[in-house]
Amino acid sequence: MVIDQLFWLFFMTFILLLIEGFYCVTVTYNLFRILIGLEVLIKAVTLFVIAAGYLSGHLALAQSIVITIIVIEVVVVVVAAGIILGFFREFDSLNVKNARRMKG
Amino acid sequence: MMLLSVLLILLVLISLWAVMTPLLLRAAIGLAATSALLTMIMYQLGAPLAAVFELSVCAGLISVVFVSVVSLTHRLPLKEFMKRRQSRIKRFIFLPLLLVAALAIMLTIKLPFQLQLPAADKISDVRVMLWNIRRIDLFGQIMALLAGVYGVLILFRGRKTDGD
Repeated sequence: MVIDQLFWLFFMTFILLLIEGFYCVTVTYNLFRILIGLEVLIKAVTLFVIAAGYLSGHLALAQSIVITIIVIEVVVVVVAAGIILGFFREFDSLNVKNARRMKG
Repeated sequence: MMLLSVLLILLVLISLWAVMTPLLLRAAIGLAATSALLTMIMYQLGAPLAAVFELSVCAGLISVVFVSVVSLTHRLPLKEFMKRRQSRIKRFIFLPLLLVAALAIMLTIKLPFQLQLPAADKISDVRVMLWNIRRIDLFGQIMALLAGVYGVLILFRGRKTDGD
């Protein structure tokens, strides 16, 4: 019973974080803010993986998966930050609408 | 469970602030605070190794990357900033309403979950799991890191000729 309640609590938080992340990615035109939305989505997934590991008694496996997620998150963020800086140098703006002016 | 509930509510509220705040630096700080809260939740759930990784890498390293990006870009002129701020408010005003609606729907239609949990893992030590059982995955992680380093090198390489 307690496990069901806990699962429901984590599930609601997961869904709310997913809504925040998807809304941010969808609505904004700022490249940096798109990255923020992506980060919120990754946080939602991380939370749910740890919660699933805790509830099912596979916490060691969940932790090793979360470490993998964090490593991939860092790689994605660093490369995306590099792309954002390159974009800013080229267009002097972070507005994603400028991507239409890209050539090459 | 009470502390966990408070931490989860704070997690949603602070990530909402990170998403909605107009200044990018505040958004980066909000994201670092979200990571710190997630660390506390992980620690509460008995996952200290993942919590340490989350705190040092996500709340630390990624925040440094974000703040560096913000400092390397410049602010908009005040007039244009205020104009875009109005546009942003119009676009983001629906997010809290959407969250409240989603919460109300989930609390109303409480799905009857009957969790069929598998047997608990025999290996409870995360070090054994990471270094012995999932050793091949570590190779994948190293390759992902190298791919990231290569990507950054390619992004910041100097232009040799116009044709490049």
